[in-house]
Amino acid sequence: MLKQVEGSAAVAEAVALCRPQVICAYPISPQTHIVEGLGKRVSDGTLSPCEFINVESEFAAMSVAIGASAAGARAYTATASQGLLFMAEAVFNAAGLGLPIVMTVANRAIGAPINIWNDHTDALSQRDCGWIQLFAEDNQEALDLHIQAFRLGEELSLPVMVCMDGFILTHAYERVDMPTQEQVDAFLPPYEPRQVLDPASPVSIGAMVGPEAFMEVRYLAHAKQRQALELIPAWASEFKRVFGRESGGLTHTYRLEDAETVVVALGSVLGTIKDTVDEMRDQGIRIGVLGITCFRPWPAAAVRSALVNARRVVVLEKSLAVGVGGIVSNNVAASYPGSPDHVHTVIAGLGGRSITRASLRRVFDAAAEERLEPVTFLDLDQSLVDRVLAREREHRRSGPIAEGILRDLGVVAAKIG
Amino acid sequence: MFQVRIHGRGGQGVVTAAELLSVAAFREGRHAQAFPSFGSERTGAPVVAFCRIDTRPIRLREPILAPDALIIQDPTLLHQVDVFGGLEPQGYILINTTRSFEELGLGEFVATFRTERICTVHATELALKHVGRPVPNAALLGGFAAVTSQISLESVNAAIREKFPRKVADANVAAATQAFAHVAQQLQETARAQAG
Repeated sequence: MLKQVEGSAAVAEAVALCRPQVICAYPISPQTHIVEGLGKRVSDGTLSPCEFINVESEFAAMSVAIGASAAGARAYTATASQGLLFMAEAVFNAAGLGLPIVMTVANRAIGAPINIWNDHTDALSQRDCGWIQLFAEDNQEALDLHIQAFRLGEELSLPVMVCMDGFILTHAYERVDMPTQEQVDAFLPPYEPRQVLDPASPVSIGAMVGPEAFMEVRYLAHAKQRQALELIPAWASEFKRVFGRESGGLTHTYRLEDAETVVVALGSVLGTIKDTVDEMRDQGIRIGVLGITCFRPWPAAAVRSALVNARRVVVLEKSLAVGVGGIVSNNVAASYPGSPDHVHTVIAGLGGRSITRASLRRVFDAAAEERLEPVTFLDLDQSLVDRVLAREREHRRSGPIAEGILRDLGVVAAKIG
Repeated sequence: MFQVRIHGRGGQGVVTAAELLSVAAFREGRHAQAFPSFGSERTGAPVVAFCRIDTRPIRLREPILAPDALIIQDPTLLHQVDVFGGLEPQGYILINTTRSFEELGLGEFVATFRTERICTVHATELALKHVGRPVPNAALLGGFAAVTSQISLESVNAAIREKFPRKVADANVAAATQAFAHVAQQLQETARAQAG
């Protein structure tokens, strides 16, 4: 059924259709509306049987999810930003134990400086934790990926993170096609755990493993993620059969035919990129797009085959490996059959900086004309940076950077973008 | 694509206005995307919300930098925020005020605009009268329907009824309907004055 709803409301409804049995979450912007929507459904009985457990922190949220999942319940939580970092130890444990928890990450920057706006630093900080990480391009895909996440996670006994851009998607009202309970039930069977804490058949979960077998347990985690690379496209096809639309999968390609320049990105910025690429295609510029839906496991073969004819690659990412450059671009470079010198990194949208068509056009043109630097910070205000550097040269006690830069910038209330 | 930017202050229902507008457009079978300006919303702080309406799916995620229409929920923002940024002279302007463009000091600015596309409506007064609270958003959407013809008053009212419980919805529908009539009349008077 078509609906015009907020992204968070769409995800809450989709998660409810997946019949989670335990939901535990600690509120943090921009995730809050999702768990509020689920909390309401539990309290008014529309989502039943399900226990909504209020916890005192994100660490507790993931710990409760681990306990619930180990007891055989379908468990769900959601977080963002510092909340994800605060639960990080338990996040690794959920993966290491092989518990198929589904978690929404409403992507948001990490402080300091404190910033509530969108980028991908939070999810990418956990890229090696052993969770499957899926990125939604729009709200339709966000809700669809949640349904696929439960199926995928439970099949493999692995937890799945569904990443959606905070505010840009979570707070955007747009049209979504909400599936029926019957459709979701047809796609997602009841959870059949591989391991369960059952008093009738007692086991312990969480043994200490020494050097004699730790490597093997870790290898199995790796092998399972590689297995996911085959299951994810299969589930996406199955999803299409049941729901009648393309959603999920490893990657999405757009206008790649004969493209000399290929732009690679994750998440909602793909929409703005596609509009920019259409404009350039109209002018005869051979440019296309590769969207990464599944970031972990890394779909190396799919990326390689999408980029095989590309003369140059522009990886536009909302994340920064400080002291290195790109995070996504490092992965892309490793899968690009050409020279890594032809993989350009564009760091964009950090802390919610708007990514506009005009700015994208500038960097894509530069790439097509072979004048793009290896690493570019999109719309960086170099004069602001220079003022801080000058201050640091002139004074030993130059003061805190964030406060200084805000003072230099002056009033920002007049800005719209 | 038709792009609307709504300026107001925290507490005036700016984000809700964009949402209602998108629902109204959706009800007319169009694609719509509404989103706020992602600040830490505080009562009284400047807030911006955006709404795009199109016959095709909307992929663009940048803020609306060149709006086709502006709704200004609070005229005190005129001197604080660059509310008119990116608006071309063929654009629409709707301001919540009891004063005229001249009295607001905008006479010279709007001189190049098309008179049938700019108007004012006393939305706060209408909200106080019907809703009992100074929330001008619904009334402004009624006015928006009248001045732009992008959506019908019926769709605005249906969106309001979808969002709010019966009593609150009735009050807001009354405010929107009266604002629609007010703006329609204002536009007729302008047209007559120009013709005569």
